[in-house]
Parts: sequence; structure tokens; C-alpha cells
Amino acid sequence: MDSKAVKKSIISILVRNEANVTTRVSSLFGRRGFNITSFTGCATNDPKISRITVAFEGTEQALHQILTQTAKLEDVIKIFAMDDNSIYRELLLMKVKTDKSERSAIMQIVEIYRGKIVDLSRDSLIIEMTGSPEKLDGFMDMMNCYDIAEVSRTGVTGMSRGLELEG
Amino acid sequence: MRVTGSQLVAEILLEHGVDTVFGYPGGTALNLYDTLYEYRDRIRHVLASHEQHAAHAADGYYRATGKTGVVFATSGPGATNLVTGIATAFMDSVPVVAITANVPDSLIGRDAFQEICITGVTMPITKHTFFVNDIKDLADALRNAFRIANSGRKGPVLVDITKDVTADIIDYKPEKPLELKPSPKFTEKEVQDVAAMINSAERPVIYFGGGVAASRAGKELNQLVETADIPATYTLMAAGIIGWENPKNLGLIGMHGSIAANKAVDRADLVIALGTRFSDRVALNPKKFAKKATKVQIDIDASEINKNVLVDYGVTADVREFLRALLPLIKKKDHKEWVSQATEWKRRSGDIKCQEAELHPSEIIHSVCDLTDKETIYVTDVGQHQMWAAQYLKHEKTENFITSGGLGTMGYGYGAAIGAQVGQPNKRVVHITGDGSFHMNLTEACTAVSNELPIITIIMNNQVLGMVYQWQTAFYGKRYSGTTPERKTNFPKLVEAFGGKGYSASTPQEFEEVFKKALEAKGPVWIDCAISREERVLPMIPAGKTVEDMIIG
Repeated sequence: MDSKAVKKSIISILVRNEANVTTRVSSLFGRRGFNITSFTGCATNDPKISRITVAFEGTEQALHQILTQTAKLEDVIKIFAMDDNSIYRELLLMKVKTDKSERSAIMQIVEIYRGKIVDLSRDSLIIEMTGSPEKLDGFMDMMNCYDIAEVSRTGVTGMSRGLELEG
Repeated sequence: MRVTGSQLVAEILLEHGVDTVFGYPGGTALNLYDTLYEYRDRIRHVLASHEQHAAHAADGYYRATGKTGVVFATSGPGATNLVTGIATAFMDSVPVVAITANVPDSLIGRDAFQEICITGVTMPITKHTFFVNDIKDLADALRNAFRIANSGRKGPVLVDITKDVTADIIDYKPEKPLELKPSPKFTEKEVQDVAAMINSAERPVIYFGGGVAASRAGKELNQLVETADIPATYTLMAAGIIGWENPKNLGLIGMHGSIAANKAVDRADLVIALGTRFSDRVALNPKKFAKKATKVQIDIDASEINKNVLVDYGVTADVREFLRALLPLIKKKDHKEWVSQATEWKRRSGDIKCQEAELHPSEIIHSVCDLTDKETIYVTDVGQHQMWAAQYLKHEKTENFITSGGLGTMGYGYGAAIGAQVGQPNKRVVHITGDGSFHMNLTEACTAVSNELPIITIIMNNQVLGMVYQWQTAFYGKRYSGTTPERKTNFPKLVEAFGGKGYSASTPQEFEEVFKKALEAKGPVWIDCAISREERVLPMIPAGKTVEDMIIG
């Protein structure tokens, strides 16, 4: 088991939709020192079950720890690391301070990235964009030369391809 | 049958065979305690002087009897006082069900008098917590608490019930306890692989821990030791599983482990780790631990495999189930040279005595062993006396050595001894403590007196906080910060004031005389034993170091 090479993983956790379940999961990550870069969750089609998606960075040994320690929580039904082939999406909202001089240049970038302008005023606009976290990172990088007022990202969520059962 | 929430609690305790609980009442727990009064012919409630010790008592009760420990406390400070007790049980995988009352649901979240979110406080130190503010959820929560506490790797569970729920009315139908979660499955190949490694090893060592005790795999472990002729060493949580006189018993491993155990693991070509987690008190340097050996780890908790020390082969399994599958594949072996080498190392570690005093810790413990029978339960606190007890007691049964291993809780001992004595009224309970630890819990003498518990407390009194004092001597240039309290406590007089008996001893002869008297007493006895502050716990491997750095004398 590798205890040196650091790798990014996306972890999917199906949990019972009980009170405090996100606290239980996130507090475990905190006290065990797991390196989480994103954490999202919401009820599934079954209101009794929620799905939490976590972006994790660490060694194979650390990944094994996060999977097995989390699996021990009573409200965790299932946990697995998703493979690279899965579909990953994230939503981003970005408010940019801009007047008419830069507006069309920004709109071109947004179009290339297949985003949308969802709010427009004389001195600002809000961009909505979904895509893989890497795409959103790339977009943010492109936009860095403009006057970004605010960014809100949901964190990544994901699903494996095909009908094969996960985990 | 229509019952109140409190009666439901009592009925579900009875479903699980609980006839003894420990605790302390309070405002929000009034309904629960009113019911305990009603059920007093079926459920014995032992009142402690402090909730922490009640929790330790529930823990000690399980360790001595194998029956789930149950502790009651009221909301707020009652509940927070349980915390150290629950954490102790968590670290040593002890099934304790803690039942706390909280303020009525209408006051929750308002910082009401004695309101604390105890489920939040105890989240990191329990297997699970339940907050019950609707009587419809109460039976499920309680039944699941017992199931979770006893399934897989055992541990504490807390159920917090709002006061209104303890008075609400509901229909109750008795049910059987829930099935425990099945233990993890292992494969035939895993059994074969481990068997092949054992059959071909030349210098194998078994290193086992509390998991062997928890899965009651003592018989199977001893069979493996004998059939494959493998020397074995254990952690603090597993003393007594391999017989004291067995030449292949290498003794305790780790920081204060024996020379033989630490050398054998260091030289071994195969280390079979059973129900244990390579803690930092065992694998002091995780990178160099058993560096020449192929390491195999079998543990019921998948998260323990590769957690502290990377192993070559890990199996997630109940130790007893795995050993039962493994034993038929193990070839009869004779590791004559290796075993005799290990026994030779063993001979080199004798008792270590400081020359200054007339009464030495090793003599006290040898004397206790000589004067008590093999069924005696020894309970310790934490510090030097604990290590001496681990090293010198002639452990023969794992349930007879009760100590706080993982959390290392000073003040654990007296409460745990009370739990053990309540659970095993016909066995002798000897509580071995130090003057430091004992000052944290000695008020429980009142509980021992009220309940006529003939617990003998041996106070290894060196007038200092010995373990820290020893480290300050060795590593901090004798700057004794906070370890020389200059207390003038007169222990024999103090216990007399509580209503017990007290003696003191400063020579081995005196000790023997007063210990014999103590054995005749009806209630608690304290024996204040004057030992030197220069007594050390040896051998010692400093944290982060290896067997090469072992301090022997």
C-alpha cells in the first residue's frame, strides 16, 4: 500500500437521511485529519437516503483510511471511491464587475465555456456555468484578468457510467 | 401494554438481560429514577459519587462479566461528567450504553437550565449517539444501542432522551434483542495464504491485543502457539490470554514491554498481529517496527489494517473465526532454536528494584499474587503502578486484568473496581493504584462502603506523579514541574472517615501482615504503601525509538 504518492479521488457516500448525518461525516473527517477539498450532499430520489460527494486528496493509505473509517459510521449505507471514467459535474456562479468596455469579451469567453449570463446590470454581470471541476478551474483561470467580485461553487458531484452497480 | 417512556427504558434493559446499572440522578432524570425505584427488585442501581466513576463502573462491569455496562446520568453536568468514562470505553472497545436525560423538548436549544447537547459532545467518542425527542423512536433507539455497542468492534453508544419523552405513554410489546451485525467475511484464499506464511516461517512471533480478548479467541490462540511452536507477546489489553508459566509467553510488548518481546519482534521473520493495531505505545517507531519481518494483520476493524504500520498482508476478520479456519491448515512445527533464543532473552529481564526503599513495587505485587487465588480480579489506574502491575502480576485470565489502555485515564481504577466487584461479588477485587491517580477518584470509597464492597486498594505511594516524574528525570534534566505536590494526605485516616479500613506498610513483612488483614474485611480497605520516588518503570523504549535504544537499568 502506497504511503507516499498523493492522488485526487472523488468519494461517494450514501447515508441515511437522519439528523446530524452531515455533522457525523464531516466531524470524522476533521478529527482524523482527512484532506477534503469539497463536500456536497442532498437527499436522493429516496427521501430517506442522501448522497454526499467528497473530493479528497491523499495517499492510497489515507484513501483506505477515509473509506474504512467512514464506513464504520452507523448512518453510512455505502461508501466508495469513484473511478476516473465517471461523470463529474459542478455548478459555478461568478459575479464580475464590468462596464460595457469589457462586456462582449467576457461574453465570448462564457460562450466558449458554454456558460450563461444570468444577471446583467450596468456595472456587473453574473455567470452560471456547469462542468467538470477541471473545466471550472480553467474558466476561473481565464477570468482572472477581470475584476471578479464573488465566486460561489457547489463542489463536485458525480455518478458512474452505465447501469452497473457502484461500489 | 401501555407504558411511560421511562418504563419502556426499564423494559428494554430487561429484554437485554440488564439487571445492574450505575448512575447518578438529577432533575431531568427524575422520571427515569422514579421508574428505577419501581423496578428495583429486577434492576439494581448502584449510585456513584460522580458520573465519571459511574461510567468507569459500567466499563469495569463489562470487562469483569462480559455483560454490557449501562450508566444513567442527568442532563448538563451529569452528562458531561460521563465524557471521560465514555472516551475510556471507546478507546478500549468496551460496550457501554449511556442513557442520559435531557431538558423537555420544548426547551431544547434555548440554553435551558442544565441543557447540554451531549450527543454533539460525545459524537467523536462513541460508535453512535441517539437523540430521542419523540417516544415513537425510543424503543428502536435503545434496542439499536445494544446492537451497535456489541457488534463488530465493540464500543460505547449514548442515548439522550428528553424529559417529556420519559413521561409520555406508548404501547409496548416485548421483543428479542436485535441480531448483531455479522462479522466481516474472509476468504479461503486468505486463510491458505496466512497458513502458508506461518508454515514456512523460521522465526515467527505472534503479537496480539484486545481483539483476541473481545472475540474470546484465547483457546485458539494458545493452540496456534503450541502447534506451530511460536513465541507470543501481547499488548496491555490482552494480558492473561497466554498462561504466565508458558515458556513461549514473552510478556508485554512496547514502551515498557519485556526485553524478550521487543527483541523477538525485532528479529522475527514473520509477525502475526492478531486483534491489535500497532499503537504508538507498541510500534514506537512505525517505520522500523519488526523491520525484518513479513507482517500479517488480522483485525475485525478494516480501518485498523495499515493504519499505523503498513503490513504485508491484512485480513479483516473476527480473530476467533479466522483462527478456527486457520488451525486445521497449520503444520506441527518445532522452532527449537528460535524459541530457546527467545527464552534466553526472557531470562535476562529480572525484577528491577531501586536501592533506596525497603518496600519495592515488585515485592508488593508478588506478595499480592501469593496471597490471593487465580480468580482474583486486578484493576489499575494509570501510571507507573499500572506498568508494574502489567509486568509483575501473574496474569492467567484476561477478564481478570482491568486497566485503561488506549486513553490512559488516571482515575479509572476505583470506579472500574466497583463495577467489577458489583458484577462479580464472589471474586476478590484488588485495586492497584498510585497516590496520584487515587487522588482523582478516592471519593468512590463512599460507594464501596454503602454497597459493602470489599475492594482492597493498594496505593503505591511515592509522593510524586511517578510516570511524569520518571520522564522528567530521564529527559528533562530533573526539572520536576508539577509532579511533586507535597501532599500530606493520611490515607488510612481518610478511609476510616469514609467508613472503611485503612492500613499502611513500609516493609514487605508489614505489607504481608496488613494484606492478610485486608482479606478479612467486609468493606473497602486501603493499604498505603511507602515506596521510593526513584523507582522507575523499566525496561523502557522512549517514544519514536527502537529496541536498540532500550533503557534497561
